[in-house]
Amino acid sequence: MADLTCNMGGITAPNPFWLASAPPTDKAYNVERAFDAGWGGVVWKTLGEDPPVVNVSSRYGAIGYNGQRMAGFNNIELISDRPLETNLKEIIEVKKRWPDRAMIVSLMVPCEEKNWRDILTQVTDTGADGIELNLGCPHGMSERGMGAAVGQVPDYVKMVTEWCKQYYDKPVLVKLTPNITNILHPARAATGGGADGVSLINTINSIIAVNLDEMAPEPIVDGKGTHGGYCGPAVKPIAMNMVAEIARDSECQNIPISAIGGISNWRDAAEFIALGARSVQVCTAAMHYGFKIVEDMTDGLSYWMDEKGYKSLDDFSGRAIANVTDWKYLNLNYDVKARINHDLCIGCGLCHIACEDGSHQAITAGRKDGKRFYEVIDDECVGCNLCMHVCPVDHCITMEPMPTDKAPMNWTQDPRNPMNQAK
Amino acid sequence: MKSIQANRLAADQYQDHFGDLEPPLDDRRAALEASRCYFCFDAPCVEACPTGIDIPSFIRKIQTSNRQGSAMDILSANIFGGACARVCPTEILCEEACVRNLQEEKPVEIGLLQRYATEESFEGPHPFTRAAPTNKTIAVVGGGPAGLTCAHGLARHGHEVTVFEAKDKLGGLNEYGIAAYKMADDFAAKEVSFVLAIGGITVRTGMALGHDITLDDLRAQFDAVFLSVGLGDTRPLDIAASNINNIEPAVHFIERLRQSDDLSSLPIGDRVVVIGGGNTAIDASVQSKRLGAREVTLVYRRGASSMSATGHEQHIAQTNGVTIRHWLTPKDTTYDDKGVTGVTFEYTKQDADGMLTGTGETHHIDADMVLLATGQTMIPPAQIKTNKGKIVVDEGQATSLPGVWAGGDCTALGQDLTVQAVQEGKIAAQSIHTALSA
Repeated sequence: MADLTCNMGGITAPNPFWLASAPPTDKAYNVERAFDAGWGGVVWKTLGEDPPVVNVSSRYGAIGYNGQRMAGFNNIELISDRPLETNLKEIIEVKKRWPDRAMIVSLMVPCEEKNWRDILTQVTDTGADGIELNLGCPHGMSERGMGAAVGQVPDYVKMVTEWCKQYYDKPVLVKLTPNITNILHPARAATGGGADGVSLINTINSIIAVNLDEMAPEPIVDGKGTHGGYCGPAVKPIAMNMVAEIARDSECQNIPISAIGGISNWRDAAEFIALGARSVQVCTAAMHYGFKIVEDMTDGLSYWMDEKGYKSLDDFSGRAIANVTDWKYLNLNYDVKARINHDLCIGCGLCHIACEDGSHQAITAGRKDGKRFYEVIDDECVGCNLCMHVCPVDHCITMEPMPTDKAPMNWTQDPRNPMNQAK
Repeated sequence: MKSIQANRLAADQYQDHFGDLEPPLDDRRAALEASRCYFCFDAPCVEACPTGIDIPSFIRKIQTSNRQGSAMDILSANIFGGACARVCPTEILCEEACVRNLQEEKPVEIGLLQRYATEESFEGPHPFTRAAPTNKTIAVVGGGPAGLTCAHGLARHGHEVTVFEAKDKLGGLNEYGIAAYKMADDFAAKEVSFVLAIGGITVRTGMALGHDITLDDLRAQFDAVFLSVGLGDTRPLDIAASNINNIEPAVHFIERLRQSDDLSSLPIGDRVVVIGGGNTAIDASVQSKRLGAREVTLVYRRGASSMSATGHEQHIAQTNGVTIRHWLTPKDTTYDDKGVTGVTFEYTKQDADGMLTGTGETHHIDADMVLLATGQTMIPPAQIKTNKGKIVVDEGQATSLPGVWAGGDCTALGQDLTVQAVQEGKIAAQSIHTALSA
């Protein structure tokens, strides 16, 4: 079996599957059961200063898709609402009992040097392996000048990171908020502040649903709601783009990334690792199905690695980064056309209507020997892939590269580019 | 052991045995099943539906919780969408055409979804409105699905309709002739009330054509006449003397069962033999079994593939413990002073030309009750052109007699399906409206 051990910015773990800072990691009882189930590490639910925060009742909202529950999920919970001393005591005990697992403590205090120094002193005594700065919580805490209110200002990100590096000896991870125009700005600030790694994405500002009977956003708290933090499978593409942006940015200097965002299975994890992640953090899937899902994550990933001949995570980590590029460098002479396998076709006609109404009118609808027959008009097909995506039958529609004698040419080289004509 | 006996079951078993054969979908199951529909372009299921219901559209509206819109998609194409959801042989219509069959051999459960979509429509106000009065009058003879669909369509156009029904209740076979577990909770009557709620339809029950009314009088009194009289008596079995007790047409047995207020009072044999190969034979044999008969044998003179009951119907019979015997034709009955004691059958085979012949070998089946489901015949009005005993109509359902249209089982030469009757009533309404508006 493949070696799944990971090293994320100096924090090691037997596997890259960590539970993100959230309710599943808010107390010793949960964390020990998670470790027992096989999770490689946890980021303990964010600690703040006493007195602890107070939470509302009615905290989560969800959207399903075609009968599937929780394609997207949001919450309006705050950081840990337990006394600081209780959390610190439990962290010490759990770390002692599970020395090989990664124990990271998430932190959020007011944006003053003294406040950070004080809590770092206490965390140092727990024996935890590192800290994660919660600079991303988008609701509640941000109204009090913490969480995303700090994470959205790169100068503050750098400043807080520097304080932490100054007062804490072990690895410092900075958790980034996606609620910002360009993720590179806070990522570069964290790098500049000396962070050992970044974790992303935190949740996205969201109103997940409007209850049309109560005319209020969900989750509803006594008739009113507020924006929450969006997560779950639906956010994964957004998270992957942000991870890739950082991974291929020279100013971020290959800063280790712990990826978060809709990771529900080994394949999701493999995709993030291919984009440069060193560990992945999971929350919604564990809240949906429980800790047991880690079994599929670990054995699924290692079977796949065996099949591909990857002996360790380093063998494929970041392998896809070089193939993520800007649009302007894509080959304009590359041409694919849709091919319909008529033996597999079940005659639903979705390829036709999708192309007809939604794309380039390149698939005809007719009958042949009394059966529905859909055919591609090569001259009209631009190779957009839409028909392949809507086709409900696996491998029925494929996109086939057309032979060409033209050399690859991108937009920077294309004579049709006005910038080139100006030269 | 008494042969014919009522009250064979415990009291609570009657509701179990004659309630819904398939329970309706709840919201969750409906959403999941609806999500299996691909929303096909040029959907094969629509083409396979005799009434042309826009099936992908109504299923999509289930997905979006637009249940009223979903029901209207169905009811505007088929006002008997509730009954059809329950009794249509979907396995040879929409569900057979579903593209999912080619992928995973499991179609979307269109029938169950149609029931889900329409379920609440029968509670609220009637969803259709009538056009301005035209002062035209139409007589509809026969208050089954064809007649009431035609009446509803004409009433919508603003015409005044009178429905003449020979029996005490409207609904036709939905009320009298289909197994109780397919139309549980008095659904046929509820649906009739729903259809009549459009207004403009006068109902006269106990009025049989040829007895209480004549076609000539109707033609004289009304601007148009629509005949939807269904079928008449079961073909008699020429091997049995007509006075033997406990041999009767299966439709009589089913009607008695459907009209009973107390199923425990219905006598049923210990060993029942049902002769025939259609849905009536299936409905009679399964209901015999469900009333507590110990042995029920359905006997058909050809093989399984020739039965007009679908494979699904045959499966229902078999899973209900009915023994199906093929290639046997009745030759003789045995009886004593109390009634029938058995039927002697001759084995049959098909010769090279497809003709059925007896082999000379016989097989006797003991029975204390024999139900005949050997097909029904009708005696059409003499003035009208017929073919093989059924009324001939054109593509607009007009008969050879001016001013007279016809539809339903009294016309079709194919399978006598409810959904086909509805379509014929619908076409006739449009055709009559066009003729009266000229």
